[in-house]
Order: sequence, then C-alpha cells, then structure tokens
Amino acid sequence: MSMPFYVSPEQLMKDRADFARKGIARGRSVAVVQYADGILFVSENPSAALHKISEIYDRIAFAAVGRYNEFENLRIAGVRLADMRGYSYDRRDVTGRGLANAYAQTLGAIFSSGGEKPYEVEIFVGEVGEGPEDDQIFRLTYDGQVADEHGYAAMGGSAEQVTAHLRETYRPGLSLAEAATLTVESLGYHESGSRVIPAASLEAAVLNRTRSQQRKFRRISDAELSTALGDRGAVNGQADVPDGDQPADQPADQSAAKPDAQPQQPPTRATDDATEGPDDDPPVAPPLA
Amino acid sequence: MSVPPQHGSRLPAAYLTPGSASFTDFLAEQAPDLLPSRRTTGVQHVGDLAPHGTTIVAATFPGGVVMAGDRRATMGNVIAQRDIEKVFPADEYSCVGIAGVAGLAVEMVRLFQTELEHYEKIEGSPLSMDGKSNRLATLIRSNLGMAMQGLAVVPLFAGFDLAVQHGRIFSYDATGGRYEETAFHSVGSGSLFARGALKKLYRDDLDEEGCVTALVQALYDAADDDSATGGPDVTRRIFPVMGVITATGYRRLSDDEVAAIADRVIAARMDRPDGPAAALT
Repeated sequence: MSMPFYVSPEQLMKDRADFARKGIARGRSVAVVQYADGILFVSENPSAALHKISEIYDRIAFAAVGRYNEFENLRIAGVRLADMRGYSYDRRDVTGRGLANAYAQTLGAIFSSGGEKPYEVEIFVGEVGEGPEDDQIFRLTYDGQVADEHGYAAMGGSAEQVTAHLRETYRPGLSLAEAATLTVESLGYHESGSRVIPAASLEAAVLNRTRSQQRKFRRISDAELSTALGDRGAVNGQADVPDGDQPADQPADQSAAKPDAQPQQPPTRATDDATEGPDDDPPVAPPLA
Repeated sequence: MSVPPQHGSRLPAAYLTPGSASFTDFLAEQAPDLLPSRRTTGVQHVGDLAPHGTTIVAATFPGGVVMAGDRRATMGNVIAQRDIEKVFPADEYSCVGIAGVAGLAVEMVRLFQTELEHYEKIEGSPLSMDGKSNRLATLIRSNLGMAMQGLAVVPLFAGFDLAVQHGRIFSYDATGGRYEETAFHSVGSGSLFARGALKKLYRDDLDEEGCVTALVQALYDAADDDSATGGPDVTRRIFPVMGVITATGYRRLSDDEVAAIADRVIAARMDRPDGPAAALT
C-alpha cells in the first residue's frame, strides 16, 4: 500500500505556475501599443492562417500567446459571450471589462482546480474608447490575474526584453506607422544583437477608433505593414530565414542568441528549434504584473 | 438560462466547447427562449395585433445593388408608424429589407446580423453570398409556425457578391423558399404596383443614381395604389430608406441625397401624376 505524498499547497501552486510559465515562454511574443487613433497589436507569427490576434466585438480585440488550442478555445468563448450579450442586451453593453472578468474567472478556476491542467496562455483584451484616455488594455495571466496596462505591454517568450525596449522608446500620441515601427523593433530586440523580423512573419491588427464602421477592428496586410516599416521592412526580407523553416510556436530568441552579427543567427535558431534544446532552460518568465 | 453569464462567474462549459460557428445553433442550445421562432401564441390568428411593414424594392446596376423601403407600418387600417426603418445592413456587403410583422422581422434581422458576424469572427472569413442567403432561408423556415398564425416575415435580401463582382437579389416565401431574382424585385403589400413600375422603368445600363431614381419612382407608384405603403412625406420630410452596396461596401444614402431625388420625382409628377411614360414599342 502506497501512501500519497503530502504536497503543500504552496508547492502545488508553484509547480502549476512553473508548468504554465514554461509553456508560455516557449512561444513568440505579442506586443500591444496605444497610438493616436487606437490600439495596435503586433505578433511574430509566420503562419498566415492561425491567428494570434482576433476581433471579439465592435471595439474589443483579443491577442494571445501560448498553446494554440487553448487560446483558440478562449477566443471562441469570448466571441460567443460578446455576441450573446450584444444580442440579448445591446451592442453598447458589451465591454472589455466584462470579457476580461469572464476570462479571469475561467483561467483562475482552471488554474486552481486539481483535475485540470493549467492553461499555458496569456491574453490581452484591448478595448478602444472615444479618446485615448478611454482606451483599455487588460492583460490576463494563466492563473487568472488581471492587470490594467497603459501605453504598451508585451507577453510571451521574450516579454521582458520587449517591454524594456518599449519602455525606452514609447511615447504617447504616436502615428500608426511610428507605432508599428517601434513595436516591430521591440519584438526583435535583444541585448546581444537585435533581429529584423520580415513583414511576412508578422501579424498585425488595429482597433481604430476613427474607422467609420461599427466594427473598429482591422487586420494590417503584410504589404501595408512593409510600407509602414519603410526601409527596415525592405532590408530584413533577406536577413531572416524563410517562413517554412519555423513552426508557429517555437522559441523566438533564446539563450542561443549570439553576440556576433545577426545574419548568422537565424540558422542557429532554426537548429535549436528542431531539437527543442533550449526548452529545459527557458528565458525568465514574464513578470506577473 | 436566458441571459449570458454575469460578472464574476466562470464561463459555462458550453462556451468553451469547440463546435458550430453558427450563433443561432449556439442560441438554440444555450438560450432557446431568445430565438424569435420559439414563441408560439396558441391563438389561431393574431396577425392584426402587431404593426406590419409594407413595401421593399431592390434593383441591381453594373457594379452594385440598391435596396429601398418605404417608411410606413400599418396595424389594420391605422398607420402605426410613419418613419419606421425596414432596410438594414446585414453585414458590410449585404442588406436585408423586411415586409410582414415588424416586431418579429426586426428581431430576425438582428439575429441574422449577429449570425453573419459571428461566423465571420469564428471562422476568420465571411460567408459566401449563397451561404448568407441560405442562412436567412433557415431563419424564415423556423418561423413557419408563427407565419401560420398570421405573423409572417417576408424579407428581401440583396448584396454585392465579391466572388463574381456583381449585385445579387434573393426573395423568400413564408416557408423559407429562397429564389434568386435577376435585375429587380419587390416584396410587401405594394409590391405588385412597384414591380409593374420597375418593369417599365428599369434598364440594365442604369447607373447608381438612375437605379435609385427608378426605385423612388416604383415606391411612389406603390404608395399611389396601396394604402399600406407610405409615399414621400413632403411636409414632415420623411423619405424612403435607401441602401447602396458596391465593391466598397454598404452605404446608406443620407436623407438629403434621397430628398433631392424624391423632390425631383415629385416635381415631375406635378406635370404627369402617373410618372414617366414608357415608349409603346
């Protein structure tokens, strides 16, 4: 007869948190930045079919990192909740806060329930208001914590570096092109040599309050993004590896980052991706708000 | 459960279950009492209780389609509302006009709008034009029980088909039958007169403005001969609701734009009350 080992609640929660954090750290980053006319979401995502950024409702968008099937489930639940609320009450009664609350309760319940595996996801819920001061960005972690973000935020594999770079370069009232350039720069930023990410490997969308239609969400095409990024976008086309070499949710930049010039970096990274070597030693987990 | 989950509760399992991209199917499982078709009255004929919308006309032109609806709702011999709106955008590239019981019809349009948007958000791409029109047929069909009690809803559906780059029009009957129309069509109590007018006025080379004018003429003729259809109300400045759909999407004509055309039509009818005369051969 084997007796079950006693595991303290602290240890149990810590183990579950470590598990979720490791999963999240494996994915590429998503950054969200407020600009003059709304909120910009940018993610490094070589897949054109599987989105990390999506529309939820008129003024609300969703961005996620982590396990695709889990955040896709949450996204669909969000669309259902928003449409159900909008249909049974009114379109104006669907709010980002309500959605963030529902997500927080769901993630929190899953995290602390013994029978379920914690979700390895982090989520942004962005809501664009009448003016920049009315914009809201909520960041939800795997354990159901909600943080209110202002100006800019990032999550995913190299969230700390991306946030650090955004902190240095962000200022309020950016134009869309400026915000896009700055965000893409931040996504590729690394202390030991930044990467240039080709436009084709980026997914970008905005909630634009000046859009005349009721639905303020709009995806930004690769061509449009290249134009906004200017020269930098044109150059990096040759600098990075082709899309096909990288699965969607593999380490973006890892300990493999070399201090030497960037053109050598991508092949190294691709090899690491294939062997999943760096997974044992993931980058520091994103801060818990 | 008839209302969505409130603040502070975990999302119900049904929300997180992968499944249909149809909002109506989801609603039927989660909150069936919110479906317009789930309300049976048990009374034989209740059609006179509720306001009825009347005439809707639509016509295509090269590069798009126009839909127009008069502004009257009637309840028996009473004019229930003078400025009701019966033409609604269904999504960015289609619109739906409704004749029949106004309350049910407006609710059905709301469900149809949500259905199209829901599908687009979940699947990441919009439904095809035929998919949209079939979806509307399903909604109408589910309302058959109500239709037999006198609460029929008969929509007219029009949109710009991005796949073939031209405007298309679909009509329906109370049993959910779906029929694609060519060039122009009308539904509602004044539809016979409107269709007669359009037969004489419509040409397939009309531009957008010509098409809009032909529809205003047709609604004028419908109002001329059908007591349930409202004509242009010059004293209150109430004119038909007109929606134009082209490759750039749905656009509702402003009141001023419609008023300018309606004023021209009315001025011409001062000389010839029956409207423009067509050549005999």
